[in-house]
Amino acid sequence: MSDASPLPFAELASTEAGPKPTATLRARRLPLAEPSAQLAALAALPLGHLAHGADFDRAVAGSGRDLAPAPLEIFQINVGKLCNMTCRHCHVDAGPDRSDQMMDRETADACLAALDRSGARTVDVTGGAPELNPHFRHLVDQCVRRGVHVMDRCNLTVLLLPRNRDLPEWLAARDVEVVCSLPHWRRRNTDLQRGDGTFERSIEALRRLNAAGYASGDGRRRVTLVTNPVGAFLAGNQAAMEREWRQGLEREHGVRFDRLIALNNMPIARYLEWLESSGNLQAYMELLIGAFNPATVDGLMCRNTVSVGWDGTLYDCDFNQMLDLPVRRPDGSPMTVREFEREAFAARRIVTARHCFGCTAGCGSSCGGQQAR
Amino acid sequence: MEHYYKNDHLHRFAEIAEGNGELARDFFAYYGKVFADGALTVREKALIALAVAHTVQCPYCIDAYTTESLKQGADLEQMTEALHVAVAIRGGASLVHGMQMLEHVKKSSM
Repeated sequence: MSDASPLPFAELASTEAGPKPTATLRARRLPLAEPSAQLAALAALPLGHLAHGADFDRAVAGSGRDLAPAPLEIFQINVGKLCNMTCRHCHVDAGPDRSDQMMDRETADACLAALDRSGARTVDVTGGAPELNPHFRHLVDQCVRRGVHVMDRCNLTVLLLPRNRDLPEWLAARDVEVVCSLPHWRRRNTDLQRGDGTFERSIEALRRLNAAGYASGDGRRRVTLVTNPVGAFLAGNQAAMEREWRQGLEREHGVRFDRLIALNNMPIARYLEWLESSGNLQAYMELLIGAFNPATVDGLMCRNTVSVGWDGTLYDCDFNQMLDLPVRRPDGSPMTVREFEREAFAARRIVTARHCFGCTAGCGSSCGGQQAR
Repeated sequence: MEHYYKNDHLHRFAEIAEGNGELARDFFAYYGKVFADGALTVREKALIALAVAHTVQCPYCIDAYTTESLKQGADLEQMTEALHVAVAIRGGASLVHGMQMLEHVKKSSM
């Protein structure tokens, strides 16, 4: 079945394979490792005195908007939580020990069959580090053959693993958009969030992507950088940051990219753990709820995306996936990719909870970046 | 007053309109325009504000523009450099007055 063997745990666990500023919640056996504990922690916060009682559905209804499903555009596939890094803000609780939840070949093929029925024009492959899934290249190749736009959500450092040496050229040959996590264009904040040495390795990985033809300015082989705030505040002005990052990275490191997108951090998983332990959780939720911006609702990713989990379960977004909030059929059972059917999916009710305020705060935050000014 | 510099005054700043709504409205509209992305970026303006906040020693402004600088993509090293610009100008302003002292000494002494 397998077209490659997964990396042995010991190899990924080394700092040589990737920076490790922390360990997964799972490895530390913390209660917050359970999605139900994360939802309970958010629900228990005293926020009822805020606008709309801190109830997301009421906030949306009160703004006169409708969080109804829109035509499906993005087919997001999370191929598993295995990662060579352990970033402190990871909403997936990914890490080198998370080989327990890896998408298998049969489920990957079921995704391809569902993609053909879906009408989606973009496939967003994510993880963990999706490149560590043994079926990654099969999945990407099959999507490219179907003529859809493919995005690889890449942590950059994974490109330096010896087994991935050819990956920049391989992705470039298929015109796969590489969407790279890089919290800051300078070393300090990048390494604070993602671990010592991340910045240097990320720059080296960007150099390899540039050398493979990425960000050459011809509109193909796009490299997109993604920044998350390194702390308990919202993402800043995306356009202004993009200008500064472009100048800074070119001047100081000679690397190029096509665009920068700025995302807010979702108060779940390891970022939730950090908010709790640093005493910032209450104030951060007040910040998100106070910054609710109705203009972000129409562009929310949950409206035009299907998010497939490692085992084929369907979700409205990657965050709901991590919180174990699947899309349900009218009978209450979770939908799966195997019996994906366009009309039934379009009739879903988008599942919401308090974490959703992360996507509607300020300029908004979706997989595609800020939604409003 | 029982306490000066109450933490929630920053969040309640808009209440200053109670005494004169028109001036408050004009001030906040002007303030918003000053900090909009322009010939200087929002990050550059936040760093200037951070330095000035330390010069005028306004605790509200220091909190607000520390957060804003971080939000707009400045890091601790950049923010500390901005602060030292304010410190240098403050110190330099004292020191350059020493020229007045020096001239006075020369004029008055044998």
